[in-house]
Amino acid sequence: MPTITDPDTVPAPRPAASVPAIKFENVEKRFGDNVVLKDLNFEVARGDRVTLIGPSGSGKTTILRLVMTLEELSGGYIYIDGEPLTHEERDGKRVELGEKAQKQIRKRIGMVFQQFNLFPNMSVLENIIEAPVHVLGQSKEQATARAMELLESVGLPDKADAHPLELSGGQQQRVAIARALAMDPEILLLDEVTSALDPEIVGEVLGILRHIADTTDITMLIVTHEMQFARDVSNRVMMFDGGKVVEEATPEVMFTNPQHERTQSFLQAVLGNGEDQIGTR
Amino acid sequence: MEANFAALAEAAPRIWEGLGITLLLTLGGALLAIVIAVVLGLGARLNNVFLRGICRVFIEFFRGTSLVVQLFFFFFVLPQLGVDLPAMVCGILGLGLNYGAYCAEVVRGSINSVPTGQWEATTALSLSKAQRMRRIIFPQAWALMIPSLTNYLIHMLKGTAIVSFITLADLTFHTEQLRQDTNTFFAYGVSLVIYFVLAYILTLMMKGLEVQAKHKLGRGESLRDTLSLKAPDTAVAAEGGKG
Repeated sequence: MPTITDPDTVPAPRPAASVPAIKFENVEKRFGDNVVLKDLNFEVARGDRVTLIGPSGSGKTTILRLVMTLEELSGGYIYIDGEPLTHEERDGKRVELGEKAQKQIRKRIGMVFQQFNLFPNMSVLENIIEAPVHVLGQSKEQATARAMELLESVGLPDKADAHPLELSGGQQQRVAIARALAMDPEILLLDEVTSALDPEIVGEVLGILRHIADTTDITMLIVTHEMQFARDVSNRVMMFDGGKVVEEATPEVMFTNPQHERTQSFLQAVLGNGEDQIGTR
Repeated sequence: MEANFAALAEAAPRIWEGLGITLLLTLGGALLAIVIAVVLGLGARLNNVFLRGICRVFIEFFRGTSLVVQLFFFFFVLPQLGVDLPAMVCGILGLGLNYGAYCAEVVRGSINSVPTGQWEATTALSLSKAQRMRRIIFPQAWALMIPSLTNYLIHMLKGTAIVSFITLADLTFHTEQLRQDTNTFFAYGVSLVIYFVLAYILTLMMKGLEVQAKHKLGRGESLRDTLSLKAPDTAVAAEGGKG
């Protein structure tokens, strides 16, 4: 399989390793009166693979959506590579950045959704080259060549001209992954990417993501219910409850010896019998 | 009865001319209406309160006033203000503005009906607002808006009948003339048939557009397959035959 990094594109100068890829500073998110996140602070280092776990409503998907600028930040700041994502502090005031500035940062971030969200008015290939051509300004030939490589790497080289709705759910999700990777993101957000799939095809999608994790240095922020996948891929797991980080550890520690009582009860509920090791799949 | 048909044959060239006027008004009005509908429909979604407000006022005003009165205004009042427009221009303007305002709501509603996930995917791919609308959202909304637009198009065709009030000799005007040589039943009967045939042709054309638009979104067969004389395929039959 070809590697994910495109040799043709000049890599953007990357900031020093000490600058976190993602930094949340006093982040607050409210939906009306409902406070979903409050005073949230954490950092994700470059190349980190962080899995967010926790009960539904704990705010983990909201975190991904805030990074992708799909939700408006109610308070605080998010920094990508040390640069403000949507708001910055200017003369002690919290100021929203212009659309242009936001887009410059947003381009470094890709997202794969639970419901795939492929564009039905375009073929598989057109879905993948749309943003590289119209946002990054690549030539159609260049973008197509890269798209075919990516389709190869997700195992769908013969589906380039297919219509998205002709594909199975698993195939659609693989196209969606290829589409996100075509933008060469520095950060990839995976929002319950297997939750809408039949159990027997979850494996094919996770296999591809494992491969990406193994062969690239893309920073990943993952929300998933697949604990085995979380354990295989991530180097850090954060347990959320009530919009706060309850516990944070390596997957080994988190899944075998969680410290916090809330984590213990959550994992027990998710994994079933507590004495089993995870990974029945 | 024979006398009636003789009169009809004699009136045929004039009715044909009237038909031309009616079609010109319908097509001209429809073109203007769709342009206005798209502009106002998009405008009514803007974040800018001022521009959005203008669009809303425009929509509400032209939806909320009578078409006849609008036509009278363009034809009889504007000349007093020094703007003298030909009757045909007044007709197209009145029809286009009135139906454009209605269709703006169709455009706006269809755009809003495109699933949230599609909008979010465009953000995740950093498409600009213009690219998002032009390349992703509008093509999908288009398939949704065609059935309602067809309704308004048929409405407009029939609405053109009132332009004889502003001296245009359209289809209705000439069938009215026919009545003097025949009788009420015959003349209005002819009129009904002609309007129905026109409306049906428009409906079929719009249906073709709809099939094509849906096929582009991966739903349903292509227009060519629909038009071919082969037996309806099973997928269409399963849908209850509403291909």
